[in-house]
Amino acid sequence: MKDLKGRAARFVLLLGAWLVLTDARKPDEWIAGIVVALLAAVLPLFPRPVLGDLKLSPKALFGMIAYAAVFMKALVMSNLDVAFRVLHPKLPINPGIVAIRTRLVTPLGRLLLANSITLTPGTITVETKGDTFYIHWINVAERDVGAATKAIVGEFEKRLEVFCG
Amino acid sequence: MNGTIGAFLALGGSVFLLLASIGLIRMPDYYNRMQTGTKATTLGSILFLLGVGVMRPEWLGKLLLLVGFVVLTNPVSSHALARAAHRIRDRLGKLEKAVLAVDALADDEAAETAADRSDTDAGNGEAKHA
Repeated sequence: MKDLKGRAARFVLLLGAWLVLTDARKPDEWIAGIVVALLAAVLPLFPRPVLGDLKLSPKALFGMIAYAAVFMKALVMSNLDVAFRVLHPKLPINPGIVAIRTRLVTPLGRLLLANSITLTPGTITVETKGDTFYIHWINVAERDVGAATKAIVGEFEKRLEVFCG
Repeated sequence: MNGTIGAFLALGGSVFLLLASIGLIRMPDYYNRMQTGTKATTLGSILFLLGVGVMRPEWLGKLLLLVGFVVLTNPVSSHALARAAHRIRDRLGKLEKAVLAVDALADDEAAETAADRSDTDAGNGEAKHA
């Protein structure tokens, strides 16, 4: 079931990309796109589709939008943060690698969380081992696992849990 | 009008790309260079692509697809680089010392190897140090 959903999501995404890159008004492109996307989605050449972890209830869809909004805000904030640190004459950094622990269990959720951490202010995911992520933090504020988790992923984890726990 | 808005978006993107390059020169070690190199280039590219998309609306779909790819792949590549850098940190350290106030990953790895050495039962040792 999960596998089927993952393959369906993969098919929709591939077909969408195909139609955007070609001309969606021509029926030929639809036929070619459907054939290619179906083959890529069904053939067992590629690893298990992680998209199967996606939940598709209305609540989850709203969750996705909320996540996208939080993510965009964090991305802008992180860039202002980078701008501040780079242009500051004293280069205010106190870097270190801290461990955090996530509640998310699905591969997709963990992938998105790791990516989100990398694109938010002052943090980069260096290594993941199961539920423990090691984060390079440009300005270490908390060394304790629990406190660091709260400071770095609190909001993202909550939002991601809604649609890909 | 569209041209002006697009041009300003693209200009904003270029500013972030410029900041990323300044960061590459100013930051003291590879992790911190990666910090600026990842974040600023992601937003820089996004703004630049959106700016072009506003100037030429007929390309917007393709450019949005590019934005999606950049957002998905940029953090993954920096994650891979950071991980590789951490794994060869002893050799990298001869060229350039990483500035780290705390390194939980190295500490945990050291604890794991120590547990493996002292404990013949690996599963037991890992549970103790988890």
